[in-house]
Amino acid sequence: MDFTIKVENIGKKYIISHKQKEKYLALRDVIANSFKNIAKKIAGKKEPNPTKEEFWALNDINFTIKEGERVGIIGRNGAGKSTLLKILSRITEPSTGKFSIKGRVASLLEVGTGFHPELTGRENIFLNGAILGMTRQEIKKKFDEIVAFSEVEKFLDTPVKRYSSGMYVRLAFAVAAHLEPEILIVDEVLAVGDAQFQKKCLGKMNDIGKDGRTVLFVSHNMGAIKQLCNTAIFLKDGKILYEGLVDKAIKEYMTFSYSNNKINNCNFSGTLANSIIFEEIYINEKKDQINLSPSDEILVKIKGKAIEDILNFRVTLSIYKDEIRVVTMHDVENPVTLLEGYFESLFKIPNFFLRPGDYSVSIGGYREGASDWTFGRDILSFTVAEEWSKKNDFANVGVVNLPYFGERICLEKNEKYN
Amino acid sequence: MEKKEQILTIEAGKTEKHYWADLWKYRELFLFLSWRDILVRYKQTVIGILWSILRPFVTMIIFTIVFGKLAKFPSYDIPYPIFVFLGMLPWQFFANSFSEASNSLISNSNIISKIYFPRIIIPTTSVIVSLIDFFISFLILAGLCIFYQFIPSYRIIFVPLFLILAFSTSIGFGLIIASLNVKYRDFRYIVPFIVQLGLYISPVGFTSAVIPEKFRFLYALNPMVGVIDGFRWAFTGKTQINVTGLAISIILSIFLLIFGIYYFRKTEKSFADII
Repeated sequence: MDFTIKVENIGKKYIISHKQKEKYLALRDVIANSFKNIAKKIAGKKEPNPTKEEFWALNDINFTIKEGERVGIIGRNGAGKSTLLKILSRITEPSTGKFSIKGRVASLLEVGTGFHPELTGRENIFLNGAILGMTRQEIKKKFDEIVAFSEVEKFLDTPVKRYSSGMYVRLAFAVAAHLEPEILIVDEVLAVGDAQFQKKCLGKMNDIGKDGRTVLFVSHNMGAIKQLCNTAIFLKDGKILYEGLVDKAIKEYMTFSYSNNKINNCNFSGTLANSIIFEEIYINEKKDQINLSPSDEILVKIKGKAIEDILNFRVTLSIYKDEIRVVTMHDVENPVTLLEGYFESLFKIPNFFLRPGDYSVSIGGYREGASDWTFGRDILSFTVAEEWSKKNDFANVGVVNLPYFGERICLEKNEKYN
Repeated sequence: MEKKEQILTIEAGKTEKHYWADLWKYRELFLFLSWRDILVRYKQTVIGILWSILRPFVTMIIFTIVFGKLAKFPSYDIPYPIFVFLGMLPWQFFANSFSEASNSLISNSNIISKIYFPRIIIPTTSVIVSLIDFFISFLILAGLCIFYQFIPSYRIIFVPLFLILAFSTSIGFGLIIASLNVKYRDFRYIVPFIVQLGLYISPVGFTSAVIPEKFRFLYALNPMVGVIDGFRWAFTGKTQINVTGLAISIILSIFLLIFGIYYFRKTEKSFADII
């Protein structure tokens, strides 16, 4: 019985209504629908409700996590990661199955849950601490530490509504970082804050992990997952596709996620995410798994649709390797209007430019001179095979490769360069 | 230090047994949320806590003029302001808890969708905050008694009983309306209407003695009737109490409390999914 978390046959079912326009249910609709249904019954017609459909966000999930394990949960948007965390943090109940948890759980699904804008920093530390499950004694004991970590000493008695967003996030994370549960459940909270702060958070979470506490961590940032976790669970469409060592899981995730050329639009964020729909992506017109040779010129084609005219617009393509952005390209040199309707964007990467390895492609676009943008991470991945030649020398260590161009001139004996 | 490892098991559809134990475990959160609501309520207001005195005070003056001076309802030798205020106190308590509780879940939706705790804490907190307002308003009553040199009856020892009755009615109603509001946001509009209407159909500005005999039973179906009449009866010793009316109130309030908790528990599981 050596486990911290044991999950058996967990499933979560949602009923989704297709025709629902309102964000919430209104009583008048319910009354109106009941009358309609009664009328139908009287008429003797029986038909299944076409507007409602069962949807299993999670299905038949089984796993065991040992004490001190740091587990990454990966998968595309909509794979069920957040639902799983919500069930394990008891926010929502599973529809089937059961799970057991040994020890105190703290879940951090959002930075600053329960922060009240009218209250001061000091008051919010206590409030947020209590919401995250700390006792008053614990908060008092850690108060100074929390304040020091957050770097907002001077503004402790200012209402947090006057804080800058950076200060707000720092204070919120400071409280969360001083939780001392046996099990810590963390959702994509690192997406906020600047790079330096993210580093600090990641460092703190690393410390927590090293203390022998169990960590469950959801992120789209594979770099963070690799750095923090020793095992990972790969979810796809509500099912576990792989569970095991973190490197293997990430590789599975990369290859499985892009098994066709369709682009999943859940991955896009930004103000223009609903104005442009990226539909298909091709590398060298190939389908499925993409294995390239260093000698291949890489031609990326994106097909999509603009819902409206977008002024001064450029589509971008970014290539990542190990979470480092190797290069970003534009489809047009100068921003021009993207006309309503279908479009194709082409990008070319010269041969021998990328060194062998696994790459991930992100696409997006933005309006020049305006703050409208859209961006989607990890749309597709490809591999550049490990073939070395004179044009990509194994010894050309670096992020990218430049084919040899150079010369050496040796001078005559006793001659000097001027 | 050797700590006994506690294993928590959650099984689909069988979370019932943890609930009440959890409620105890989360008692501190309960205090913190009440503390927050009180703090927030009067932040950025110029006269702060005085608002909870001013509101009933102004209503009292209006009611004294309308019911006492214009309509000339009987007040059994009790100075009309005191007479009205004794109705106002329990009514305001009920009305405040009811309207605060009905909105409480929605306004705390960010916590509900991100953190686990027994949800019943949230609407109950609103009732507690209203209770504090109630005690503050009690000070005005004391002031009025000094001003009019009115000495309360010995029956004042029964006041807490009626307060408990008001409390259980408020929580019962609050829980029902709070969970209904999560699913059907229409209740947001219904609640102010009920509160406004209730003020006039409850014996706040008059006693239920002015209601014709044949309608008394029907009138007593408003659970606040027994509470308000009882309050006045206990405090002044001069007005009458209708025993059947009181019995109906007690039964109704117990029923409301039990049904409220039952209904809340039943719908609570889906809050995080639909809020």
